[in-house]
Amino acid sequence: MKIGVVTFPGSLDDVDAQRAVRLGGNEAVALWHGEHDLKGVDAVVLPGGFSYGDYLRCGAISRFSPVMAEVVEAAQRGMPVLGICNGFQILCESHLLPGALIRNDHRKFVCRDQRLRIERTDTPWTSAYSAGQEITVVLKNGEGGYVADEATLDRLEGEGQVVARYVEHNPNGSLRDIAGVSNERGNVVGLMPHPEHSVESLTGSGTDGLGFFTSLVEAVLA
Amino acid sequence: MPRVVVDVMPKPEILDPQGKAVLGALPRLGFTGVSDVRQGKRFELEVEGEVTDDVLAEVSRVAETLLSNPVIENFTVRVEESVEVRA
Repeated sequence: MKIGVVTFPGSLDDVDAQRAVRLGGNEAVALWHGEHDLKGVDAVVLPGGFSYGDYLRCGAISRFSPVMAEVVEAAQRGMPVLGICNGFQILCESHLLPGALIRNDHRKFVCRDQRLRIERTDTPWTSAYSAGQEITVVLKNGEGGYVADEATLDRLEGEGQVVARYVEHNPNGSLRDIAGVSNERGNVVGLMPHPEHSVESLTGSGTDGLGFFTSLVEAVLA
Repeated sequence: MPRVVVDVMPKPEILDPQGKAVLGALPRLGFTGVSDVRQGKRFELEVEGEVTDDVLAEVSRVAETLLSNPVIENFTVRVEESVEVRA
């Protein structure tokens, strides 16, 4: 499948995300924030970083970039979209995902290997995992605290929209240990940790993150 | 030129780690008697012409669309007398 990876001014992890897409058996297509063009891709990854310098709020400016108009429209039609870290923040600002991400409760930037439990596996990004499977991937964020009002949190839990949860240690004060959520349909997934950094044993904390990039292939072959 | 001020504050129920950091610094600096600090943002918008209800409604839409995230923040809009007028 052709998976587009958007580069915004200030994106950091777009090249790693492209590499992870290729290692996952897909074709990576570079997309540019300033173009109204998804180049015929089947899915989109919004990578981590500090798009537009995190000015105003993380993701607040990126949300209105030309490419995001296309991403929002495609997502509403059902195209798979994965937002990682800053990408997750952009998806929340775009109202494609509920809730918001605020500064870590301990106020420090955190960078660690993080244990997660995959809770929803019927999304195009997590179908390679089994429900309840625990994985370890890289986590690095300054504003990764997931918040939403109680009613929204209850709804997310009730509808099975919590995709991944922190286990053993909550690194940023996220409510109910939420590390990732999806929209109702499941095609849009936001995740604060970085699976794209955990796809090769040489440079990462193992290869547990690869499933996020092989799931699409498996979904097609299944 | 008239100035419209938009104040954006984190909602009361949302944790404000920056405000907490400021609060924590106060006693270390010898300032006592402050029991809570919330940190927000202030935007000053210079507008052309008279500030009519339509202009204020437009600024409210700006605040709602871009300046604040309604999931975690509240905002207020008010007109501030310009410096030139006061002088």
